[in-house]
Amino acid sequence: MRWSNDPVLTVEHLTMRFGGLVAVNDLSFQAGRGDITALIGPNGAGKTTVFNCITGFYRPTEGMMTLRQANGASYLLERLPGHRIAWRAKVARTFQNIRLFSGMTVLENLLVAQHNPLMIASGFTVLGVLGIGGYAQAEAAAIEKAVRWLEKIKLIHRADDPAGDLPYGDQRRLEIARAMCTDPVLLCLDEPAAGLNPRESKELNELLLSIRAEHDTSILLIEHDMSVVMEISDHVVVLDYGTKIADGTPEEVRNDQSVIAAYLGVEDEEVAEVEAEVGV
Amino acid sequence: MDATQAAATPLAPPAARARSAFDLAAAVKDSALWAAITLGLCIPIVAYRTDQSQANELILRPRWGLVALFCAIVFGVRLAQHALLASRAIRRAATPAPQQATETVRGYPSAFQRAPTFALYAFLGVTLTFPLLVYLVQGGLAESRYWIDLGILVLTYVMLGWGLNIVVGLAGLLDLGYVAFYAVGAYSYALLATTYGLSFWICLPVAGILAAFWGILLGFPVLRLRGDYLAIVTLAFGEIIRLVLINWVPVTGGGAGISSIPRVTFFGIPFTNDEGGFAALFGLDFHPMHRIVFLYYLILALALITNFVTLRLRKLPVGRAWEALREDEIACRSLGINTVNTKLTAFAIGAMFGGFAGSFFAVRQGFISPESFNFLESAIILAIVVLGGMGSQLGVAIAALALIGGPELLRNLGFLKEIFGEGFDPNEYRLLIFGLGMVAMMVWRPRGLIATREPSVFLKERKAIAGSLVKEGHG
Repeated sequence: MRWSNDPVLTVEHLTMRFGGLVAVNDLSFQAGRGDITALIGPNGAGKTTVFNCITGFYRPTEGMMTLRQANGASYLLERLPGHRIAWRAKVARTFQNIRLFSGMTVLENLLVAQHNPLMIASGFTVLGVLGIGGYAQAEAAAIEKAVRWLEKIKLIHRADDPAGDLPYGDQRRLEIARAMCTDPVLLCLDEPAAGLNPRESKELNELLLSIRAEHDTSILLIEHDMSVVMEISDHVVVLDYGTKIADGTPEEVRNDQSVIAAYLGVEDEEVAEVEAEVGV
Repeated sequence: MDATQAAATPLAPPAARARSAFDLAAAVKDSALWAAITLGLCIPIVAYRTDQSQANELILRPRWGLVALFCAIVFGVRLAQHALLASRAIRRAATPAPQQATETVRGYPSAFQRAPTFALYAFLGVTLTFPLLVYLVQGGLAESRYWIDLGILVLTYVMLGWGLNIVVGLAGLLDLGYVAFYAVGAYSYALLATTYGLSFWICLPVAGILAAFWGILLGFPVLRLRGDYLAIVTLAFGEIIRLVLINWVPVTGGGAGISSIPRVTFFGIPFTNDEGGFAALFGLDFHPMHRIVFLYYLILALALITNFVTLRLRKLPVGRAWEALREDEIACRSLGINTVNTKLTAFAIGAMFGGFAGSFFAVRQGFISPESFNFLESAIILAIVVLGGMGSQLGVAIAALALIGGPELLRNLGFLKEIFGEGFDPNEYRLLIFGLGMVAMMVWRPRGLIATREPSVFLKERKAIAGSLVKEGHG
């Protein structure tokens, strides 16, 4: 299995408690380099909490998350502050409820994503204000990169429109393009297909597959849309009540009894047993 | 009613439907009701005035004419409002709302909302030639003193507004204690000049750096706070600075302030009536106004530098990060932007311009005391930024002119005495009119005078972004 031989992300014994509530309980899994790994589970299973731990929005109660880049550098994500996870460890993410800069244009959104390289090119603002140094070229290159992504997500004709004016499906694609503009090693997508119609959902699959084919980016995604999960993912991890209940290829997971039980509920006989216990 | 007619009714031109919505009788009835309520309110407050008679007795003097005037005004205004609302409804009905459209309706701002470019050049032209214009109109240097002083005052507030605009307008951090940095700048110059005899031109950058330093010092502990909490802490900081200035008597002179601060020099040449003075050196007749005109151009240059740097910063990654921070701080973090440092730079650069303005204030006045740096100053500067339209440079300039120049204008409204009688002093109603103006602004232009945002970069075409999409920041 690729994910155990060359993992880009190794999560070990991750636990996240909010007061008395255990949102994630002793979770360990690996995401393979170049794979599309899907994290699935019923509502409230703790998937987004795992994402927030990986991307530094939560500090996990226990556990270790290691990110290994292709050049051998490795980062312990639980020790890095949030912005360094994105800039140094190169983990990018999108959000379940889209978080674009709605009052800024589509192009500006993609330039904000390239903040750190541009900041260095502008001499941390000092040289940029004085107009010396190579900031103009760096900005031109950044715009070129943004244009490449806009052509890829078919939004080049809306480049100068505010991001908040875009239709929902376009906003989802723009958010993915914005995350990709940070040149991530690992791209975490939180329900990228939520609210998309079947055609848009198919386009999204194509976009994700092309990212995997053309860039050195591994993808970790949370998804409820099984057509997306089963079609494009190489590896599926299933969570229920914060605990991992299955881990394997889409075929293995599809036929796993505990997964079926978690998604469809338990058998009728067991319900009768439970009712007998409670005394209904 | 047959089926075709029923189907045709909803397809009637929307304008026609809306026009029929304006019902004159109902409007008059409603306006009359408002007038009646005004009458009811006026009877206990306005209708009688207690006065002393000749025999030293308390008498009631009826003022029914005034009450009638108030009722008539309310009636007229309410009727006009009805007419206005009806005409607006017609206009609305004629253009489909974006969410009803089957095709893309672009959120273009109307021509009314967009700041016309010629206004910008007219504004710049007038400010550059202002002393000359005043000289020509008033017919003498001494006579134009009042107007040039007013120009200096307005420009000081334009500069302060532009400085605070970086913090509030661009980065979306609500700062209620901006006057603290103004005070730091003023006292820096005053103390350095009176104690060490340093010249203004050395003290100016030092004052800016010191103010920026205080901005960072304040920023470190408080920038983890958001929204209301940040506002309260900045407010407290402003008060602390003022209290320190009052109580640290050995250094700041306490409430008595610092006086005889050295005057500004023409890059080292003093404006004095002797051999080495400015007038003698340039072969002019000495006139005290030379210094005032020079001060005018000095503050104009400082304000334009502030504007230039701000416009430049907006196009740099740090400026875009400020605006992104105002839009969504969490998304910024996920893109690798160090939000704390970004906020600190906004605070420090805003404070630096406040410091420059402060040292200008000290050199102009020649005397400073803590009373000049109270909370009302912060509130006025913030009002200028909010009224101008957060983030808009031109809007802030216009708002500064309106808020600082407007009340001055009221001093010159002598003709109102003929309407309201000899005892009427329009100056006393300054704050009332000011407040009414603010309320009116917030009703009609809640996003400020210029509510659109100019994109910092564009691919094909620069399109202004409607204010409704731009967020105000959460602190």
